[in-house]
Amino acid sequence: MFKRTIPLLITATAGIVLIVSYFVPLAQNWGENVSVWFDILAAMAFILGGGNLLKMQLKKISDRRPGWGYGAVTMVAFLVTLFVGLLKLGVNPSVPHPSYSWAGEFNETGSIFWWFYEYTFKPLTATMFAMLAFYVASAAFRAFRAKNIEAILLLGTAFLILLGRTYAGVWLTEFIPEDSSFSILRLENLSEWIKDTFTTTGTRAIMIGVSLGVMASSLRIILGIDRSYLGAKEQ
Amino acid sequence: MSPPNAGQNSGQNSRLIWIALLVAAVAFLVYRAAFTTPGMSRIYVVDQPVTVSGTLPDGTAQEFSWTVEDEVPLRAFVESQRAIAAGTAAGGAGSPRLSMSRTIGTWFSAFLTLAIFSFLWRDNPLYKLAEAIFIGVSAAYWMVIGFWSVLVPNLIGKLAPATARATVIPGLDEAAEPKFIFLVPLLLGVMLLWRLAPRGQWISRWPLALFIGVFAGLRLVQFFEADFLNQIASGIQPLVAVASEQTISYGESFANIIGVVGTLCCLTYFFFSFEHKGVLGSASRVGIWVLMITFGAMFGYTVMGRIVLLVARIEFLLNDWLWMIDPASNRVVS
Amino acid sequence: MYEFLRTLDRRWIFLLMLIAVTVPTVAGWQFPEKVSRNTQRAFDEIEKLQPGDRVLFSFDFDPASAGELSPMATSLTYHAARRGAKLYFMSLWPVGPQLVRETVAKVIKPEFPEYRYGEDYVDLGYKSGYEAVIKVIVTDFRKLYLTDAAGSGIDTIPMMKDVRSVQDMDLVISISAGYAGAKEWVQYAKTAYPDTFSMVAGCTGVQAPPLLPYVPQQLPGLIAAIKGAAEYEKLLNAKYDLLAKPAFVEGTRRMGSQLVAHVLMVLLIVVGNIVYFIGRRRGVTS
Repeated sequence: MFKRTIPLLITATAGIVLIVSYFVPLAQNWGENVSVWFDILAAMAFILGGGNLLKMQLKKISDRRPGWGYGAVTMVAFLVTLFVGLLKLGVNPSVPHPSYSWAGEFNETGSIFWWFYEYTFKPLTATMFAMLAFYVASAAFRAFRAKNIEAILLLGTAFLILLGRTYAGVWLTEFIPEDSSFSILRLENLSEWIKDTFTTTGTRAIMIGVSLGVMASSLRIILGIDRSYLGAKEQ
Repeated sequence: MSPPNAGQNSGQNSRLIWIALLVAAVAFLVYRAAFTTPGMSRIYVVDQPVTVSGTLPDGTAQEFSWTVEDEVPLRAFVESQRAIAAGTAAGGAGSPRLSMSRTIGTWFSAFLTLAIFSFLWRDNPLYKLAEAIFIGVSAAYWMVIGFWSVLVPNLIGKLAPATARATVIPGLDEAAEPKFIFLVPLLLGVMLLWRLAPRGQWISRWPLALFIGVFAGLRLVQFFEADFLNQIASGIQPLVAVASEQTISYGESFANIIGVVGTLCCLTYFFFSFEHKGVLGSASRVGIWVLMITFGAMFGYTVMGRIVLLVARIEFLLNDWLWMIDPASNRVVS
Repeated sequence: MYEFLRTLDRRWIFLLMLIAVTVPTVAGWQFPEKVSRNTQRAFDEIEKLQPGDRVLFSFDFDPASAGELSPMATSLTYHAARRGAKLYFMSLWPVGPQLVRETVAKVIKPEFPEYRYGEDYVDLGYKSGYEAVIKVIVTDFRKLYLTDAAGSGIDTIPMMKDVRSVQDMDLVISISAGYAGAKEWVQYAKTAYPDTFSMVAGCTGVQAPPLLPYVPQQLPGLIAAIKGAAEYEKLLNAKYDLLAKPAFVEGTRRMGSQLVAHVLMVLLIVVGNIVYFIGRRRGVTS
């Protein structure tokens, strides 16, 4: 009962409260309250994530698994950032309330926590994503093959968008007068037109299909038909 | 057949080349930082004094003072130094100065950036080190944000507003009373953390169930309204568009026909209850073509999005670190 | 040549991409931009603002996407402030508030020194919960926001006095890199209250196609990718003469490298296919 029935009831109740709150103005408050609880739980999930990381890295270090040294680095970085952030080290007092030493902004510019954001978190996050540009180029050379009509359509459109969305497209077709009947064939206009017609049409169809899928799966979850989120029965 | 120690020689040569490249790079950086003008990668700040009057808990009035660092461009520092040398400015507090912490920070950022990029050559200890730091810092960063931005004001501030007001959130409403209903999310939060315990992990199913229920409830209605009903309404366009009285707009009509027919054909492709043959098969085929054009456009946009992130990092290395470019003219000194 | 290309080490391609991006950045290449209809619509929505109108900015991105979205965040903030609007900043992403602070330091402090915190602009900070945050604040801000990001009581902030919810805003601007972001704002705010406030979104290239079906009925204006940012800068600079200020040509600057990299991508796909078809033909005849 505690392991499966009550969670199913919680899911159903939360889902139904939120649906009812849309249609019954008097119940709107319930929906908001459930959402506020959800927001607090979402913040708790960050703590769970940090705790899980700590647990896994400690296990890796204690088991002396390959690469455990890096696990130690991760832990040190984690604990130091947590320490300076939670204790608000280097944070100036709050201007409206200077006598309260703990009231300053935890991520104030110039604080140690800010230093970690500006000179560690920010460059690492940005660079990790910047790597994708290289992999996209490599994939373009190795994998994108015009093997059939569908692939040709895909690649052809990609070319039009890649060129049309830069000055290269303008330069390549600038011989077509802007005010002529053929101006649609100018690459920048053609890429715009493709975006406004085909891309919008295709994504609209995908959106309608996805919405049907989301509605169906949400209903199955609320009614308790889909219980996969509860995990295996023997737990 | 190659000589038995050919691989060893080649490995040694490769190592020597790398060491030589590294030494050359370090020598270049030292030369550029120490022996060229204006050098590279230095951050200058001005200390702005802040003085605020406040009241201590016992009611005594007191003045509080501290300084805040404001970044200034190199230009401001050079002009300040010139003024001090000429005797027209006093120097000392309030004058631009080198900020060691921010300067070291910029060098550290550049080191981390290059360490991540080194993965493009191959996996190596520098990359692994940077990755390990990234994982640790980002997990802790999110925890701290979740704690101070949400848990303190929205949980502790609701359960114990007087305590929160007396310590960390003095700006909280004085009339706020404890709302003990918030013991429910506190309890659910503790249950969520039980996932880390060696036994009794099923306890975390209760708050997870709340997560799932909220998402399901929120999305069922809004996806229906925004992504289903509204999109069907937006998709129904006049097949013969009229520009002005008695004038047909052929361009718009053509676009609308593509829109309506294309949407129906794409939806036909997603409909698997009947076999795709005959009219259904042809419509489904047209749907695939429309989808392929859509995916081609998506690919183009994705490429655009990824490349600009690389441009931004290169800008950081060339501008903020190496001082080889100066798009904002921060280092132009008259 | 064929064998070399067929067995090409991908690190050569990485090097080509690095050169394609670095050379235009060092050379400072910039190209003229042609404004698209969606960007023009977004610009026109903000041009409609009157002094004192309330604009809610939702900074739903992080440093990973800042290269693409910071230029449009800068331009949109400037534009709204230039129209004399009151600016309310918030974020659905944990790192968003840092980016709010950077934009305020880059735009409000130098360009609008007369703007006072609490009277002309306020930073409400981050709240976790993704679309559930929007669901709550679209009817009642105070259920979630007891203080601003600095810890000041929300009722002590003058510009929050008559603001109960998002419905009291005149315009919502979501600058979005993914989930939760512009799509959720359209679904939970704009679609639910279609006539109460207007909405404009700035998004990454990846997010642009999924948002297109919302334009213009559910999303009056959309600035898509760095190209959209560069187009917006062109409109802003033309109207308010900002060309001399480097902060307002960041997007245009980045489009220089973008052009070369795009041409490289097209060439790579073409060459890759040539190699593939030659290989296929050799495979068939041998």
